Formats: sequence, C-alpha cells, structure tokens
Amino acid sequence: MKVNAVNLTETEYALPGNRTCPGCALALAYRHILKALDGQVIVTVPASCLTVLHGMYPITSVNVPCVNTPFASTGASATGLVAGLRATGKKGITILAMAGDGGTHDIGIQSLSGAAERQEDFIYICYDNEGYMNTGNQRSGSTPLGAITGTTPVLGKRQNPKDMAAIMEAHCLPYIATANASYPLDLYEKVRKTKGIKGTRFIHVFTPCAPGWQFPYSDTIKIGQLAVETGLVVLYEVEDDVFRLTSASESLAQKGKLKPVREYLTEQGRFKNVTEEQIAQLQDWVNARWQCYLARAASLQPATDITESAP
Amino acid sequence: MFSLLAVLSRCCHKENHTHPNKSGILQRVRNMHADMPGQGYNHGVTKKTALSGTRKLSSSLAKKDNKANIRLLDGNQAAAEGAKLSRVQVIAAYPITPQTPLTEALSEFVERGDLKAEYVAVESEHSAMTVCTSASLVGARTFTATSAHGLAYMHEMLHWAAGARLPVVLACVNRAIGAPWNILNDQQDSISQRDTGWIQIYARNNQEILDSIIQAYKIAETVYVPVMVCFDGYVLSHTEMPVDVPSQEEVDKFLPRYKPHTILDPANPKNYNLVTLADPRVNAEGVLCHGYMELRYLLQEALQDSTETIMKVGQEFGELFDRNYANMFWEDDMNDADIVIVAMGSLAMEAKVAVDMLREEGHKVGILGLRVFRPFPKAALVKALEKAQLIAVFDKNISYGSEGATCSEIKAALYGSQVKAAIRNFIVGLGGRDVKARELADAVREAITSLKTGALNIEHPEWICYI
Repeated sequence: MKVNAVNLTETEYALPGNRTCPGCALALAYRHILKALDGQVIVTVPASCLTVLHGMYPITSVNVPCVNTPFASTGASATGLVAGLRATGKKGITILAMAGDGGTHDIGIQSLSGAAERQEDFIYICYDNEGYMNTGNQRSGSTPLGAITGTTPVLGKRQNPKDMAAIMEAHCLPYIATANASYPLDLYEKVRKTKGIKGTRFIHVFTPCAPGWQFPYSDTIKIGQLAVETGLVVLYEVEDDVFRLTSASESLAQKGKLKPVREYLTEQGRFKNVTEEQIAQLQDWVNARWQCYLARAASLQPATDITESAP
Repeated sequence: MFSLLAVLSRCCHKENHTHPNKSGILQRVRNMHADMPGQGYNHGVTKKTALSGTRKLSSSLAKKDNKANIRLLDGNQAAAEGAKLSRVQVIAAYPITPQTPLTEALSEFVERGDLKAEYVAVESEHSAMTVCTSASLVGARTFTATSAHGLAYMHEMLHWAAGARLPVVLACVNRAIGAPWNILNDQQDSISQRDTGWIQIYARNNQEILDSIIQAYKIAETVYVPVMVCFDGYVLSHTEMPVDVPSQEEVDKFLPRYKPHTILDPANPKNYNLVTLADPRVNAEGVLCHGYMELRYLLQEALQDSTETIMKVGQEFGELFDRNYANMFWEDDMNDADIVIVAMGSLAMEAKVAVDMLREEGHKVGILGLRVFRPFPKAALVKALEKAQLIAVFDKNISYGSEGATCSEIKAALYGSQVKAAIRNFIVGLGGRDVKARELADAVREAITSLKTGALNIEHPEWICYI
C-alpha cells in the first residue's frame, strides 16, 4: 500500500519541542525517517544540526537510542554499532548513521568510504543543507556555485558541489537514493524500502536551511520544491544498479520541462551577489546533469555484462 | 655538556664505533630474559635478581609444574594471545609498523575460527577507536592496537573513549613520531596521550604484555576507564621470549564477562554523549544532573581511585597465575639504595644491568621500574624513594622545552615530601637509538660526581646523544 498523509504511522519518535531553528527541513525529514524505521533503530550522529535537534543533557526530544560521535567518525561509529550487535547476538535493530553535508562530503568521507567499501550493514543518511549551518553557515563541499557563506563572504562559492551520491554509487552499494524534505512521503518510502536491504545504503536528503540560505521560515517547502522543479535537485533511487527517477522528478521527466534556475536563486539571500555568468554556468551544469539522469532513466537497465559481448 | 661529552667519550664513541650494536643487542636479550616466567616472578618486591638471565631461565623452566605452557612469543604475539584469552568480541585495527604483526595475528585467529569475534579492518586508526567505542556501547568487549602516528591519529577518539567511560583496551607498540620519519622505538607516542584520561600500563617484557592485557580488561571494566597497555617496539614487539600462556579456563576464572554501564537499545532509548553544558541542569523529572565539569571530575576521581583496583587486580592475578602485579612499579636492589634509577618499560630492564655494574663498584644503587604511568602512583613513590639521595630518571620521551615526562612526574610527586633527593633527568633512546647499560651506568656515575662537587644540573635534562 502506498503511504500517504492519512495512513502514515501516528507514532512519533522525533517529538515536538526540539532545538532546531523555525522552518527546519531537517526536523521534518528526521521525523519521517524515524517513522519509516518504526523506532527500531540506533542512531549515530556527528557534530551537526542533528546534534542540536537531539537536545542538551539531560533532556532529549528524540525517543530512539542515539550516540553522538565526533565529526569525522560517523561511518566508523555505525560500523562499531553493527559489529557490536553482531558480536553480542542482537538482531532486528537497524543502524542509522545520519550526518550533515560537511560531515559527509568533507570531514566524514573517509570513514564513510571505508565502511561502504567493507559493505557494513547500515543506512547512512546525509542531510544536505549545503554548508556548515550548525556553526553559522560556512562553505562545504556541497555548497552550490555562487552562494555566499561565512567563508565565501564576498565572491560567493566559485565551484560546483561534489556529487556525493555518485561517489557512493562508485562503492557498488545495494541501494542509493536522493530525497528532499519537501517530499516527505517519497523520503519515507525510500527509507522504508532500504530497511529490508542488507549492506551499506546511502540516502542523500536535501534539507533547505532558512536562516543559512536567507529565505523566510515559512518558505522551506517551497524552496525544496523549487530545487526539484529547476533540476538542481533530482529525486531518484538506484537499487541493484537499476536507476529510477521518483516522485516530482519522475513527473518532470514526463513533462519534459524544468523551470529556469534563476527562479530558485532569486528566492534566497545567499545568491544575492550571483553574476549573470554564474547563473548561466549553473544553468548549463543543471541541464547537462538532467540530460544524464534522463538518459539513465530511459535505459532503466543495469549495465550490460561486458564479458558476454566480448568476441 | 662536559658530562655528556665524558659519557660519550667513554662509551658511545669508543664502543659503538668499533662494535656497532653488537653489545647492545646481546645485552638486551640477556637482560630481557632476567625476569622470565617461573619461580620468583614477583612484581614490586625488592629482591636480588641473578645477573645471568639465561641461567635463571633454564632453572626456572625446569622447576615449572606440568600446567605451565611456555611458548616462545614476541611481544606482538603475546599481546594477541592476551586479547584472545580475554575473549574480545570486536577488534578494529589499522596496520602500522611495528604493531602490524599483532593485528595480523588477531585477524588470523578470527578467520580460522579460533576466536569468536568481529574483526573490522578499518580504513584508519581514528575509525579503529570509533568502532571500539560504538561497539562497546552496545555491549561488546573491544580491542585495538596501534603505534606512533596511529595513536596520534586516534587522539580525538582517545578523549571520547575516556570521556564516555568506555572500557576499551588498546595495545600501544611504542614507536617514535615524525617528522622526520622513524619507525623505531621510543615512548613519545603514548606519553603524548597522557592527558586523554586513559590508564597507561608499561610492560617490561613479553610476559608482562600478555598478563597486562588480561588485567587491563578487569581494571577497565571495574572503573570504566579505558586502558592502554604500552610496550616498546622491536625491543619487545619483535623479540621472542619464553612466555607462560595461561589456559582459557584459567583466564575465564579470572576475568568475568563485560558488564556495560550503558547499552544502547531501542527498548530503552538513551541518548549518549549529548551536548552537556558547563553547569548542572535539571532533567524532565526535575532531578539536577551533572554539568560537563562534574563529569570531568568523575573521570579524574575514577583515575585517582583506580590505583586500588589496579593493585587488587594485580594481586588476584598473582594468586591465580603465580605472577604478582600487586604494585604500580617494581623495585630491585632498593633496600639500602641511596641512589635510585627510575625508568619505564624495557628501558628499566636495561637499567637493571647498569645497577649491577654500579653495585660491583660499591655504589648503593637501586632500580625502580614504573609499570603504571596513569594514574601516577605519587604516594607509593614517595615512600619507595624516601632513602634516596640521588634519583636518576631516564626518559624515552621529551616534553620539548621542559624535560622527560617521567622526571616531571617524579618531581611533582616528591614536592612537599620528606624526600630531598637531587633529581637528574636523562633523555635516551629516541627514535630507536640503542640504549646500553654501560651508558646508563656512566650517566649515573657522572651524576654522582657532579652531586658531590655541587655541579649537578637540575635545570635541563641531559641528552645521551652525539651533540
């Protein structure tokens, strides 16, 4: 049965009264992620906005077990939890590693890559607010071209972000997906699906940040949707090497038309200094990627076995 | 400087250049055998030890009862056997010289099915320690091993293991730290981690490595403080010695199962290592809970109080295995000694030979070999050193701009006590520089002379090297 707002489980694990900023997309995403896992989960969290969400000792608003771990160590911490459960013979608990984009793309990439190569049995979710938002918005490996941050204060960022999902795909994982807090049911279904899969599973969740990106708190959902509608964020999943567009990205592919990236940029204060040249650059980047995704979606099949086609 | 040149001219230049390394290696092998398992292995009890280790070894082997299982093991193998006998459940390690054979041995135990454990071949030492801390939090007994740069790379996680009060045991195969690259032995690596909240034990031979790892689990899981068992790279890690390997049944009698203070479980959700403010704060039930500073105090208190546990565990071990570790340091020739050599690890064994040389000349010299560096056994040391007029502290580490770490600790322990001994610090054996008993004896002789002439240098340590 397809999940919808009516039949979504009522049990809450991320309880009201957390310490995130108003309009936080992470809080929305996390709520649905924990619902999808039925609370049968141990979470490991590095330094990030999620640390803030989890509260301050001795009070937490989250009703699942969690260990806070240093910034670089998320993948290893999840590995340790998995190994410890296996060593002590405990079954039926999902391990969820959940880090921000800084903790994934930058400082945490080594431990994540190591764990993924070892095919450790856990779900890794990167919630991407495109910068070090917990420390007040500094540039990360996921910050988009042209964005002003605390460490790109005048010129804006001069590089495109790295494609983390593609990097993880190169680790031959059984399941990779992108998601977006503005499409919580798509996120829910992906987490739900990956719960039943063994090995390292990676989900990249787009989580707009109102204070960091400088848009009104009430516009979180709108910004997340615009990101998909302009093609800056594409929702897909790769299961056993089969690529599939999902949710709004699937519909956009059928309609065949994206909104111009300019519409997304003008809604956010962080792009106020973006140049026409950068907008063109961003549009080209989006167009090229979108064509790649469309081509992959059209093929729908895993790569052919080259050994068979060899003469 | 004069004194140093004197030491060098008498020792290094003459001997080292004509017979490079030869005498040092031979001395070390003989020396390491001096306290091999068998009769009379008694930690911390003053006694006269036979000069010839080889003679003593053969006689002790002959006397061992049928239960003894003497095997020729290098230090890495002894550590691996210790971890295996402790029934570790999760091992995470990353290879680094000279620790590599230790981690290879453990992976072989696991792959062959001789040890029922998860072996995680992590991609870095930072991850190795993280795997241990997280696995420990779901109830597994964990082990890792590393050296030098690996330990430095773990630094952040060492703090987290201790701060979270997780009883991880780590074998540190002591090695020099770069730059420049050096893969040989000194103790700069573990000394650099002394303020991370770990208990630190230094083994003097391979028997002590095996025994200390088994004891380390009992200590760590009693006081909930992680334990680092340190042993000198190559000097111990790659040198084979006879080691009495206890049976699994015996070790099981000594070491109970791990009882975690916290187990993460969805059935009883807990958040661990949450952001903790400086001041105490009330929980949802209105109960005032510790602030960050109170948690730090509890860690300090745990380390202070762990002395009792370390000695009790050592005593229990001695009763079961006939090898007594009921003291934080071991002593030899201390009864009438007015001159005391203090050193740590295998260096103290080398110094023992120097003591014998000096005794033959009529100097009343004793040796105090530190076994436990954290917690530092202040009160016991004051008592042990009460008759000393001169204390020569040999360090295989240096706190740059100050002196050797052991020397600073000794000075701090003696401050305000009745002990008014002159203290002299010597830095030796950095980056694998061979340490000869003759050099140590020369250094002590020179200190005796300068003490008499009133020229004893107490401001800076003396370096036994070519500058």
